[in-house]
Amino acid sequence: MSLVTATIKRDLVIAARNPGEWLNPLMFFLMVLALFPLAVDPDPKFLSKIAAGVVWVAALLATLLSLDALFKADVEDGTLEQWLASGESLFAMALGKVFVHWCISGLPLTLVAPLLALMMNLPDEAYSALFFSLLLGTPILSLLGAVGAALTAGVRSGGLLLSLVILPLYIPILIFGASAVYHAGIEMEYVGQLGFLASFLCLSMTLAPFAVAGALKLNLSR
Amino acid sequence: MWEALKRLYHRMGSPKWFYEISAKWLPWFVVPTVGFLLVGTIWGLAFTPADYQQGNSFRIIYIHVPAALLAQSAYAMMAIAGAVFLIWRMKMAAWVAASIAPIGASFCFLALITGAIWGKPTWGTWWVWDARLTSMLLLLFLYFGVMALQKAMDSEESAAKAGAILSLVGLVNIPIIKYSVEWWNTLHQPATLKFTEESTMAMEMLIPLLIMIAGFYLLFAVLVFMRTRNQVLWHERKKNWVKQYMQSRADK
Repeated sequence: MSLVTATIKRDLVIAARNPGEWLNPLMFFLMVLALFPLAVDPDPKFLSKIAAGVVWVAALLATLLSLDALFKADVEDGTLEQWLASGESLFAMALGKVFVHWCISGLPLTLVAPLLALMMNLPDEAYSALFFSLLLGTPILSLLGAVGAALTAGVRSGGLLLSLVILPLYIPILIFGASAVYHAGIEMEYVGQLGFLASFLCLSMTLAPFAVAGALKLNLSR
Repeated sequence: MWEALKRLYHRMGSPKWFYEISAKWLPWFVVPTVGFLLVGTIWGLAFTPADYQQGNSFRIIYIHVPAALLAQSAYAMMAIAGAVFLIWRMKMAAWVAASIAPIGASFCFLALITGAIWGKPTWGTWWVWDARLTSMLLLLFLYFGVMALQKAMDSEESAAKAGAILSLVGLVNIPIIKYSVEWWNTLHQPATLKFTEESTMAMEMLIPLLIMIAGFYLLFAVLVFMRTRNQVLWHERKKNWVKQYMQSRADK
């Protein structure tokens, strides 16, 4: 078994044994959603208008919170040094870590989102758009976020810094994701937005791991 | 020509050489900077005819447009300097990149503020979520991210590398952010507040603007030179040449 698959398996097993790792972002997602009707207006008509944006913002924040721990343990306990010493490509390693992160944050969010959208009174036509936009969008959030996580892995209180660094980069995904759901809700075509998300996914899948690999090496000099 | 450029590039890698030569170059930059800015400002504010629609309020473009242009190209320059540092391990490039970040952010802020001041009489509001405004705001956020990251790192080496990686990632993202914001804007907002910048500009308005743009670029060069000189002194403070230099300054 190669190092990459071994790491993926190890991380998945760890996540399975610590349900908090994937449950906490989900609970956070739910709680943030609950804030909007409470703070703004519980009127169903109004909620259905803002549902698309709110679900996407909440998904983005939940992903952001779970990113902080992505590389922290590996940097602190020396696993990172072992990866580098092993000669395994860091590019593949980064992709593997991102894949696990998406499995325990983006994927559950995508699966639960339709349920929560029900509470936000999302129009019936928008559910498939919500599901597919999150399915395409959350991996990009994980990929871009991994760059920030790798850059801030060795920094004390890196969580806030991570958000500062990564949030501007998340804007295009937020725009296209939320707009796909919104347009589906008013019965308009939304394939274009999904197409944009898919192309962003291809782009970030090919480029982001390079940046992650470069940023991970920084943590060695410390 | 190529050989001369290559030699210049290699020399640029030496902090001591840069510090000495930039002291000689600075006056040659400062004098035209002051000249261009003075001529451009006075011409633009006093001698250009008022706009037939916007009256005198249009004159703020003589600060707004150069600042906005510079804010964008400064980010690209910062990223390129970062790339030079990452690829050729040239310390000087990292210091230049670190000097550019706050200057670029300041110009970005200046562009946003002057835009708001211009927007109040023209659009009747300080801020609208117009595509250009929004993408400038996001550019400011990108600058903030780079600066915060550079500040947070313990070692100088990793601060420089992290800043370089982030600014390169940001550079790839800038066009994507810009176009997605424009796309978002055309979908969500009626195009009532279009600033017809594409319309042909009268010559007597354009020339002072070009002078101001040149002046702003020169000012940027001066500021980067000065900040980089400080960076050189700080990072090389334990080197002999800096100690001797400081001693000779103290003796004077």
